[in-house]
Amino acid sequence: MSGVFKDKIVDMKMLREDIFRMTILSEYISSNAMPGQFVHVKCGDDSEMLLRRPISIAFADRERKTFDIIFQVKGKGTGHLAGKKAGDSIDIMGPLGKPFDISESNKNIAVVGGGIGIFPLLFLLNEMSKSQRTVSYLGFRSKDLIVLADDFSRLCSRLEIATEDGSEGYKGFVTSILENHLPSENFDMIYTCGPAPMLKKVSKIAENFGVLCQVSLEQRMGCGIGTCLVCSCKTKVKDKDDWKYSRVCKDGPVFWSSDIIFD
Amino acid sequence: MANMDLQVEISGLKLKNPVIAASGTFGFGREYAEYIDLNKIGGISVKGLTLEPRKGNPPPRIAETPSGILNSVGLQNPGVDAFIKDEMPFLRQYDTAIIANVAGNTISDYCRIAEKLNDADVDAIEVNVSCPNVKEGCLAFGSSAKGVAEVTSSVRKVCKKPLIVKLTPNVSNISEIAKAAEEQGADAVSLINTILGLAIDIHTKRPVLKNNFGGLSGPAVKPVALRMVYEVSHSVNIPVIGMGGITTGEDAIEFFLAGARAVMVGTANFANPKACIEVLDGIALYMKNCNLTRLDDIVGKLELN
Ligand SMILES: Cc1cc2nc3c(=O)[nH]c(=O)nc-3n(C[C@H](O)[C@H](O)[C@H](O)COP(=O)(O)OP(=O)(O)OC[C@H]3O[C@@H](n4cnc5c(N)ncnc54)[C@H](O)[C@@H]3O)c2cc1C
Ligand SMILES: Cc1cc2nc3c(=O)[nH]c(=O)nc-3n(C[C@H](O)[C@H](O)[C@H](O)COP(=O)(O)O)c2cc1C
Ligand code: FES
Repeated sequence: MSGVFKDKIVDMKMLREDIFRMTILSEYISSNAMPGQFVHVKCGDDSEMLLRRPISIAFADRERKTFDIIFQVKGKGTGHLAGKKAGDSIDIMGPLGKPFDISESNKNIAVVGGGIGIFPLLFLLNEMSKSQRTVSYLGFRSKDLIVLADDFSRLCSRLEIATEDGSEGYKGFVTSILENHLPSENFDMIYTCGPAPMLKKVSKIAENFGVLCQVSLEQRMGCGIGTCLVCSCKTKVKDKDDWKYSRVCKDGPVFWSSDIIFD
Repeated sequence: MANMDLQVEISGLKLKNPVIAASGTFGFGREYAEYIDLNKIGGISVKGLTLEPRKGNPPPRIAETPSGILNSVGLQNPGVDAFIKDEMPFLRQYDTAIIANVAGNTISDYCRIAEKLNDADVDAIEVNVSCPNVKEGCLAFGSSAKGVAEVTSSVRKVCKKPLIVKLTPNVSNISEIAKAAEEQGADAVSLINTILGLAIDIHTKRPVLKNNFGGLSGPAVKPVALRMVYEVSHSVNIPVIGMGGITTGEDAIEFFLAGARAVMVGTANFANPKACIEVLDGIALYMKNCNLTRLDDIVGKLELN
């Protein structure tokens, strides 16, 4: 179940010039949120923008009754959101979508993120049990664009960073380190979120090595709750040589990589 | 409010109030049932149904535009049989009118769907001859009086339910088309469907929508919709159901004044899942403040300058 709420922003931090972390007081969302789910945020008046913006839940503090979203300013909506301050109210729907499948039986886990895709992974790591070993693979364009590295190192067993220009960590794409590590690592689950080409590559690598993989997809949304059918992605139809369009907002955003057809 | 009467009858279709969820924006009601009491709204026009299941168009299927959105869903739906089997039992738990919105590639498609729905417990059929997002049929019929006359007369022969014909605004003379529907036996007309539009990404130099063009809806289309509802309600005698950008009770009142007997709320549901209820409350509040007790007191009461 989810709802529409007018909640209060209790904290707002700038993580990078264009990335913000917003803490929102919401008893309902903080206590019901699961990693992989998102909230649908009204960023401005109807006259400025009609649609809500989907943003992943990046953290939930059940005791304080707050949850966090972390967002990068991309356009009008996220730009408006960046102008909000602690004390302002915010119109928010959630928690929405299908969460990551987190099974305690998985002991050795890889988490692969790039761009805005790293934010939901923070919540995922936070909700994992201490008995699970986790390695995070995060990709950035260059060293000065790295965010949340401390938070990730605190929450996982090992953090691997790749930068495209080699200014920090491995030089190249994060998928290359994953591919190099897979033969020696005994991962039983990969979780990934990020740009579509990265997801496609990670899914392919997972398939080649026979590791289960869950991907969190992005698509432009309308309603965010499964009625308008605008947020489609191609998925396989079981037992048939056929496909259909599934809804990223309701059937996802998290899917098994083996169910997705990447274009 | 005790003696306020919001009931309306649209040629045999009884509605407890004049607010209906618009086709394609409310699915089959399931998701919105989490947010509002479906028993409170006048009706639900379900997602457009076709004879066979349809996959729809490739994504992205939505673009935000000033005070509006463009969509290019392309009638993705499970087909009329699956609707009757899987969705009707859910919908019938609620005390609200169920309107089956139907679309076809050919006239015989429309007729076969209507026949199947005769035996289903739907309250009315809304013939969609106005979807701009499919290549065959539909809008091709809806854009001429001749096409609409053909579809309406053929469906009328087989359809035992109240028959609503949903008109497209992508025409130069909508009254002529509404008259064609009336002459061939339509019980009501609903308008407007979306206006064909284009949104461009200047960085990629390509349309935002994968399907290139899409249908515009939301507040941006309201003035066009109002003008058309006014014209149509003055050229036919059958009831008119108005829609296009309705977000508040005041918007709905404008449509009643222009001549609509009932309204549909579409795009507004996306940002506000309670939109239908808020529109209804807004209508009641306006009537109370104006000491009106019946919708008839405002329907068509617009006086031109
Ligand atoms: C399930 C999901 C979770 C997300 N989580 C996060 C997150 O945690 N942090 C974060 O920074 N971003 C996240 N995004 C992306 C975020 O929704 C977009 O960056 C945002 O909608 C851009 O809005 P805008 O008005 O600033 O940009 P504009 O480009 O002006 O937006 C125009 C329209 O396109 C849509 N749009 C543009 N880019 C995207 C996109 N990548 N995905 C979906 N819709 C888009 C907007 O919602 C809007 O309707 C997520 C997207 C999805 C689908
Ligand atoms: C995403 C979307 C899907 C739609 N699908 C249908 C449909 O299947 N059949 C139909 O007759 N109209 C469809 N419509 C049109 C609406 O029912 C309505 O006519 C139009 O959106 C104008 O009203 P609004 O501005 O309140 O949305 C759709 C509209 C949207 C936005
Ligand atoms: S955004 Fe409406 S179905 Fe996903």
